[in-house]
Amino acid sequence: MKRKFVSVILTAAVVAGTLSAATVVSADSGEGKVINIYSWNDEFRQRLEAVYPEVESTSKDGTVTTLKDGTEIHWVINPNQDGVYQQKLDEALMNQADAADDDKVDIFLSETDYVNKYTDKDADVAIPLKDLGIDPDKDLADQYDFTKTTASDTDGVQRGSTWQCCPGTLVYRRDIAKDVFGTDDPEAVGEKLKDWDTTKATAEELKAKGYYTFSSYADTFRLYGNSIESSWVEPGSTTIKVDQKIMDWISDSKEWLDAGYLNKTVKGQWNDDWNKAMSSDSKVFAFLFPAWGIDFTLKPNWDGEDGAWAVTNPPQEYNWGGSYIHVATGTDNTEHAKDIILALTGNKDNLLKISKDYADFTNTKSGMQEAASDDAFASDFLGGQNPFEYFAPVAENIKIAPLSPYDQGCVELIQNAFSDYFQGNVEFDKAKSNFETAIMERYPEITEVQWPE
Amino acid sequence: MKTNSGKRVMSIFAHIVLILLSFMCLFFFAILLINATHSHAELQKGFSIIPGKHFLDNLRSVANDGSFPMFRGIINSVIVSGCSAALCTYFSSLTAYGIYAYDFKGKKVAFTFIMAILVMPTQVTAMGFLRLITKMGMYDSLLPLIIPSIASPAVFYFMYSYLQSSLPLSLVEAARIDGSGEFHTFNRIVLPIMKPAIAVQAIFTFVGSWNNYFVPALVIQSKNKMTVPILIATLRGADYMNFDMGKIYMMITVAIVPIIIVYLLLSKYIIAGVTLGGVKE
Amino acid sequence: MKKKKKNIDYGKWGLLFILPFFIAYLIFSLIPLIDTVRYSFFEYYRSGIKVVGPNFVGMKNYISLLKSDMFLYGKNTLILWLIGFVPQIVVALVLACWFTDLRMKIHGKQFFKVVIYLPNLIMASAFALLFFTMFSTNGPVNSILLSLGVLKAPIDFLGSVLGTRGLIGFMNFMMWFGNTTIMLMAAVMGVSVEVYEAADLDGCNGIQRFFYITLPMIRPILAYTLITSIIGGLQMFDVPQILTNGQGNPDRTSMTLIMFLNSHLKSKNYGMAGALSVYLFIISGILCFFVYRMTNDNDPDGSKKAAKKRAKEERRRARS
Repeated sequence: MKRKFVSVILTAAVVAGTLSAATVVSADSGEGKVINIYSWNDEFRQRLEAVYPEVESTSKDGTVTTLKDGTEIHWVINPNQDGVYQQKLDEALMNQADAADDDKVDIFLSETDYVNKYTDKDADVAIPLKDLGIDPDKDLADQYDFTKTTASDTDGVQRGSTWQCCPGTLVYRRDIAKDVFGTDDPEAVGEKLKDWDTTKATAEELKAKGYYTFSSYADTFRLYGNSIESSWVEPGSTTIKVDQKIMDWISDSKEWLDAGYLNKTVKGQWNDDWNKAMSSDSKVFAFLFPAWGIDFTLKPNWDGEDGAWAVTNPPQEYNWGGSYIHVATGTDNTEHAKDIILALTGNKDNLLKISKDYADFTNTKSGMQEAASDDAFASDFLGGQNPFEYFAPVAENIKIAPLSPYDQGCVELIQNAFSDYFQGNVEFDKAKSNFETAIMERYPEITEVQWPE
Repeated sequence: MKTNSGKRVMSIFAHIVLILLSFMCLFFFAILLINATHSHAELQKGFSIIPGKHFLDNLRSVANDGSFPMFRGIINSVIVSGCSAALCTYFSSLTAYGIYAYDFKGKKVAFTFIMAILVMPTQVTAMGFLRLITKMGMYDSLLPLIIPSIASPAVFYFMYSYLQSSLPLSLVEAARIDGSGEFHTFNRIVLPIMKPAIAVQAIFTFVGSWNNYFVPALVIQSKNKMTVPILIATLRGADYMNFDMGKIYMMITVAIVPIIIVYLLLSKYIIAGVTLGGVKE
Repeated sequence: MKKKKKNIDYGKWGLLFILPFFIAYLIFSLIPLIDTVRYSFFEYYRSGIKVVGPNFVGMKNYISLLKSDMFLYGKNTLILWLIGFVPQIVVALVLACWFTDLRMKIHGKQFFKVVIYLPNLIMASAFALLFFTMFSTNGPVNSILLSLGVLKAPIDFLGSVLGTRGLIGFMNFMMWFGNTTIMLMAAVMGVSVEVYEAADLDGCNGIQRFFYITLPMIRPILAYTLITSIIGGLQMFDVPQILTNGQGNPDRTSMTLIMFLNSHLKSKNYGMAGALSVYLFIISGILCFFVYRMTNDNDPDGSKKAAKKRAKEERRRARS
């Protein structure tokens, strides 16, 4: 009996081993046969499959995509949160020189929150696009300028490129709008949310009928946090300077939460409570999302009919997210990498297709202007509304906040530390010192945290 | 008479408490199992006690997700736990036998040393351990999760006290007279005698290793080498996974069900084994 | 002649048999330990993708740890452990007495034993994740309590200090009370029936029986349970780590010492992690000393004898 059990397990182990090793096919070009792409979800894979003409097929479990010439893309996926993705990526990049060709990182993605760390000139982990044979001024001329600045090092050398650009809007429930304001027309609703003061008055109206304006204080963070005047940490410095905008977010959030405009039970984002706030039982009126948020987050969490949500202008223009594609120094797949970057970030037709299929707001100025007035881009989920009408003007006005390599930790930990303050668990000063403790644990080199007066 | 009815009241009370405690222990598993049968949309509507129809859907989406290779993780866990249990029990028995049956210089010192390190938390050496295995080229492999189990002071102590109570040295002498080699004696005569103790410790080591999170989380980097606890832990933080709670419940189910099945099959031995450990005296 | 030679060989065999243990220990525990201690005197960490150090800084890491909230985390660890341990030992004692008392006529003993031991086998990380989803504000537990009418508004378990600590303690309790019960049961059953019979004859009631006979007799096992639990408590990590996502929320009140160590290990701060490890090593060394003392004091036969003596005295006293 026991022996049988053991042998079953052994067989299973052996079978699994052979399965994973059996599918290596050889390619004929001088390039490497395996392209390792590091990312935190399957967003990039879906887009690549949709528009990169060389794609042949993807394995059922989503880990390997085979190209027509036999080259395999291996997807290495690790979650973003809590810095896991970056740890794994850093580990791999540090071992890049010693790794076998097929184990090297070839392409990796980064988010706006930490893109700066990887475009760093001295670290030199991402190849300048020029060295790949891409001329940013010519090949990527139609991209929004701020995305190019974001992906460049301090000398202005572009070391990454993105297909998306993430102007934020406000998505609201039509039924709640009708109930409270008597109309669900995006123009009329937008008027009620045109700036923070007006929005506050509107929040009071919503509250009177038993609704929350937003789900949580984390929802509004990006509106403040991505419009900071100076970066969290100046280059070369070890001092964190907390921007006044962040302090405004803290005081406003406290006020809003205490006033009952936010749902107290939703603590932060990306958790079950937040997901539930997007369901039909919820009393939350609106969410602040860029295009990807609507498609990627709101849609799967909505359990009612299509057409229940609509898009309008947010109280303040903002940008949230953006995935940058980098080619790793030491890659043996430069040709493919160049191809992929051009196909995904510099080809208007491809980008428009991504916009149509995945509702991404893509990185093509002329394309997005066309989309704003093209009914083909209307969304069923939004009841036939064309969201690009609202995205496009926001995108024109985005001024990207100055970045630093510490942004992700700062953004994550400040929300975490002040969450206690909002919930009434700690005093304001304690929350401040908790942030200081946590940030210095995360980044040992940080010596001081300065708060604005 | 009075004491009898008092006893009866007490007995009923005891049963009620026991039922409540058992309910508490089973309640969470029941919810887990029920939720694993619901789709994300159903879970969004709030908890429902009636099982849903999405058990297989959820199982399929767990099985087909390459970025969370749950079944690969289970295989890894089985390999690590199985090998650890085997190495740990064999070498602990060997060490215990070495100290119990032989006289040599430094025997006392060796025994005292093992007893002294009995309580040292593994976390204390974690940092140096990590650097060492990196240098030895064992970073991101399953070996450093298995080999160190050769030195398990607690299991040694258990084996030692078991030997004290159940292996008469005369038996060893008799084997020697029969011309049996020392190693042969250990494998053919001593090990079979120690079977109950080995079985119990094998189970505990297996379970302990199956559930171990701290060390694997530091050592393992690549997806296809991850053990179950690391996969489970990444779920807590994963930003995109949370969109399917049904899948999350299913993953937890998949992670703990194998151990529960093994437990239910062997519960008699396991429960007897708990007491073998502490109360040997 | 021949026999003598063999005798010498036997000793060698013993050494040979214990060799693998010590080699494995040397490589995987002792060398790392020394390495850990060495780097505790260095500034050595990773900043992004660049490495800083190692630079010798003397006791700086130790001093800055003393100035940090380390003691607070020590206190947290202690509190979390107590919240779990106190109910665990009380419930386990009561259950052990009930199970062993034949006159209680407990039905389905085996079933209960199997069930209460079950949580002990569950992966702490899976268990914590399960609790995290179940006790979220809009999760199943609140949802059930609301629909039963027990609650009017959902409880924000993980948003309050008491709630979070309570949950961690509760989980530790659930995971360990079954184990402790079964251990104590065996100890109680080890007490000879005659002692109890004699006590009954002398008219001892249940409570007296418990305090004057059972408790003193199972003292060694209680000590064993206490010590193993303290050591386990010091190492508490999985449950609070996963329940609070490594942050020890709220207000870092559920941050344990090992979680603190882990956060340094995660940011690859080898110097600081080393110094913290040394502190932990000292603490566990002190605990180790107590274990050593305890096991020596409680030479099991000795204590049993003492207990028997005490019981006899009781009997005598009761008679006279």
